[in-house]
Amino acid sequence: MCLAVPGRVLNVVGDDPAFRSANVDFCGVRKNVNLVYTPEAVAGDFVLVHVGFAISRIDKEEAARTFQYLQQIGALEEEGLAR
Amino acid sequence: MKYIDEYRDPQIAYALVDRIARLVTKPRVLMEVCGGQTHTLMRYGIGDLLPKEVELVHGPGCPVCVTPLEILDQAVLIAGLPNVILTSYGDMLRVPGSQSDLFAARANGANVRIVYSPMDALKIARDNPRRQVVFFAVGFETTAPANAMAVWQAKREGLSNFSMLASHVLVPPAMRMILESPVSRVQGFIAPGHVCTIMGFREYEVLASEFHVPIVVGGFEPVDLLEAILLLVAQLEEGRSVVENQYSRYLDREGNRAAQHMLRDVFRVADRKWRGIGEIPNSGLELREEYAAHNAERVFGLTPLSVQEPRECISALVLQGLQKPVDCPAFGKRCTPMTPLGAPMVSSEGACAAWHQYKRYV
Ligand code: SF4
Repeated sequence: MCLAVPGRVLNVVGDDPAFRSANVDFCGVRKNVNLVYTPEAVAGDFVLVHVGFAISRIDKEEAARTFQYLQQIGALEEEGLAR
Repeated sequence: MKYIDEYRDPQIAYALVDRIARLVTKPRVLMEVCGGQTHTLMRYGIGDLLPKEVELVHGPGCPVCVTPLEILDQAVLIAGLPNVILTSYGDMLRVPGSQSDLFAARANGANVRIVYSPMDALKIARDNPRRQVVFFAVGFETTAPANAMAVWQAKREGLSNFSMLASHVLVPPAMRMILESPVSRVQGFIAPGHVCTIMGFREYEVLASEFHVPIVVGGFEPVDLLEAILLLVAQLEEGRSVVENQYSRYLDREGNRAAQHMLRDVFRVADRKWRGIGEIPNSGLELREEYAAHNAERVFGLTPLSVQEPRECISALVLQGLQKPVDCPAFGKRCTPMTPLGAPMVSSEGACAAWHQYKRYV
């Protein structure tokens, strides 16, 4: 029920704040998504979409940081170096 | 897909399992609150990868499951009225009330339509000015802002033929109920990331310090969940109990202010009954008086019903992590996803349904 899926904003349409929306690409499937709760989202951003609404915009730096840390864990364990 | 695939990387997943195994020194019972997380854990068999000291129990976090029988009965009743179009999320159609479900109502001629978004229900109302269009709205804090927007917009447009039958529930009061139970076994929580994208995690900080319980806000992919488990085990081993945010790529402490603002405008906090559990104080949202014209209970003059739940269902114990679905005598026999007796079997995100799908033969 609370499933929310990341998609990439292709282009933003409309200027009524309640109906500012975007075409969002989900692995090739395109949907129109309401941007009222992510007014800062621009083309190229990844947003998390739930029942037709973008509920948050990805923090790219934060995402890169976490993933680097996770990859480090993976690489270290692989070489048996972690402890 | 970026931001999904990397969080399914098996090498990282196994590395995290290794770390957890090296860290844990005694039995730890952890609860994931959200049904979406339950589903991922069962689907990837994460419980079986973990060291035997770490036990995962499933929380009450499936809004479809905990929607009370009474409200389902009301939805079926409204759908059967002449000149009504009843709309809802697809998950809600199969959920049995005490007598029937919405699919059956549709088979009997009721106009019941599945919508992907509440804004689709609004469009149906615009396109059908001579009919009453009712949106049967369920959900946690994740879904409530979308549902709120539909009502707000209906009022703004003066769309008098649109109303909402609302059954919204809130996560922190349910966690509080579990923590206050004298028989609770839960030592740490994975808090629901998508709920927190909206609400932030201040409310969870209150719970963590009041009950000395570590809470990690977690995501929904296998690597997200394993990292959350690692953070919880580390806190328990070090004797800490704070809120940590594993899902920082999508949320911060404050949450989504625009969504919170809309929620406060349209809803107020109220006591709410949870199917399989009973009433939990301050655990729901109801429409404010200013939106009474779009409140289906008012529009159709519904009176509160009271219905008995099947006696052999032990879902209250399952949803608090006190019993496993397989401990229930009805599990897989009289109670299956096609013929659910209780709340956790009704949606694929419920604990009993997830066990039935992935662990029936264990
Ligand atoms: S298996 Fe069915 S009857 Fe038993 S607890 Fe789960 S939902 Fe209730």
